[in-house]
Amino acid sequence: MSNASAAALAAEQARAPAQIKYRSQAVAKPYFMAAIGLFIGQILFGLIIGLQYVKGDFLFPAISFSTARMVHTNLLIVWLLFGFMGAGYFLIPEECERELYSPKLAIITFWVFLVAGALTIVGYLGLPYNVLAHLTGNDLLPTMGRGYLEQPLITKVGIVLVALSFLFNLSMTLLSGRKTSISIVMLLGLWGLAIFFLFSFVNPNNLVLDKYFWWWVVHLWVEGVWELIMGAMLAFVLVKVTGVDREIIEKWLYLIIAMTLITGIIGTGHHYFWIGTPAYWQVWGSIFSALEPVPFFMMTMFAFNMVKRRRREHPNQAATLWALGTGVMSFLGAGVWGFLGTLSVVNYYTHGTQLTASHGHMAFYGAYAMVVLTMISYTMPLLRGREANSPQAQKVEKLAFWVMTLSIVGITLFLTAAGATQVWLQRMSSTPLSFMETQDHIMPLYWARLVCGLGFFSGLMLYLISFFVTGKREA
Amino acid sequence: MSASFTKSTARNIFYGGSVFFFLLFLGLTLDTTMALPSHNAKAKLTDAAVRGKKIWETRNCGGCHTLLGEGAYFAPELGNVYVRRGPDFIKGWMKAMPTNVPGRRQMPQFHLNDGELDDVVAFLKYTSEINTNNWPPNIQG
Repeated sequence: MSNASAAALAAEQARAPAQIKYRSQAVAKPYFMAAIGLFIGQILFGLIIGLQYVKGDFLFPAISFSTARMVHTNLLIVWLLFGFMGAGYFLIPEECERELYSPKLAIITFWVFLVAGALTIVGYLGLPYNVLAHLTGNDLLPTMGRGYLEQPLITKVGIVLVALSFLFNLSMTLLSGRKTSISIVMLLGLWGLAIFFLFSFVNPNNLVLDKYFWWWVVHLWVEGVWELIMGAMLAFVLVKVTGVDREIIEKWLYLIIAMTLITGIIGTGHHYFWIGTPAYWQVWGSIFSALEPVPFFMMTMFAFNMVKRRRREHPNQAATLWALGTGVMSFLGAGVWGFLGTLSVVNYYTHGTQLTASHGHMAFYGAYAMVVLTMISYTMPLLRGREANSPQAQKVEKLAFWVMTLSIVGITLFLTAAGATQVWLQRMSSTPLSFMETQDHIMPLYWARLVCGLGFFSGLMLYLISFFVTGKREA
Repeated sequence: MSASFTKSTARNIFYGGSVFFFLLFLGLTLDTTMALPSHNAKAKLTDAAVRGKKIWETRNCGGCHTLLGEGAYFAPELGNVYVRRGPDFIKGWMKAMPTNVPGRRQMPQFHLNDGELDDVVAFLKYTSEINTNNWPPNIQG
């Protein structure tokens, strides 16, 4: 597309009555609403486990730590999946310039996924885990009880069916419509997500192989195919809010995801240092994962560059803020904090400590929570019949951005300090303390983390409130 | 970026790079699986250990503990607990749960019978014999 026609298109977009371009894009709305609801649930359970870190017997035995943590992490994954799906249903018709293949199927899938997800959480909370395992067919094919993949067998099968229906719907839309780089990358990422999830059904008796292939889901998701989805969503929003030529944005997108997979696939090796695999993984894993910050740095450059070169002032400033925030926070959380513990000589001491948790929190928020919120921020006003929310509503949304983001920075810094203390007292000292003695020394930092957690929750409430702020519409 | 570096160049780097590194990863995976039997010759995966692994999973032990550094960070590392504490302590500890000490982190009572407790111990013994390249740094895990 030439610069002139891009500018003309941007001008036309600014004049057009604010609404979605294709009616079937409206199916994204329930997905985004469910995502936000589950996000709130995730943070509530985060507060419970944050409190259990300092008051060990809080809610015991009604909700034990392992149950609350499982709900916290599973809700995280599920709300992000709802966000990805909503984004797919919004983005693909617009990029393909045609209606969704089957809006009806998308709505049926939504309810199946939501009900199955809710029943799974009820099962976690209402039944002892081994009883749930027994009732749901874990004896037929044991897959439960491994981090992030705790879902019962029937839920896992359900996820596969929902994913297949979703991918069928989007792929049929793409096949008969315009094929842009953004939509192709989005679909590659989503297909990759579904394919690597199949390894959640692989659970060898040999613990080393179990752990080895467990990472084929967990690492190849978050440091692989999810980044394709993330890049596509960010590129889509940047095309819209900056009006920069699509050719330039798509070139960046390909370069970023090229670096993601070039570094990230062999980078899986940084999980293979100490789980019983050959020692050569320490070399492969260290070298390639040291390069993993590169695509995230490019993501930051990309977002700032495009906003700097913008050809229009989009009225939705909150969405632009979220897009820039995603660039910065994903680089800090996934890039910098990931790098901190990734070299094998350092990882030898930091592996399995609170330093891992600190990286996890900032990386998940900075990369995936924020990019979904970017997408929601851009699309929700359109789905509600306006190009952007009122300045008053955007003001609340931006405040929510800062409160949530600064709170996660606080959580990350306190957990980093907790991890450093743990490494020092338990692993490096000449008279090493036991795990629980070490934990006693870390208590003040866990209290501080809990306070930041409450801060995050209040930011999330502000975010929710921003949807109900009407204010004066912009002319 | 210069004009000669086009979108299709970037796209080709993406497809070519991804395929190349994924194939390399498959090669390393094949090598790892072939090296494993001798690399972990000491770790004997007995029937009892296999049953113990299933108990480990269905009680969601990794929801609080780490095992070879993976899991949750709420309770001690158990990859070397067999060496640190020994079989009798492990069984006695699990039978005595929860401690009900006010404010203290609590471990649930799983009501395992003696055979199941032996299976858990067999699994933890197997885990302690895996060649982890000398991790953890000391006995405290």
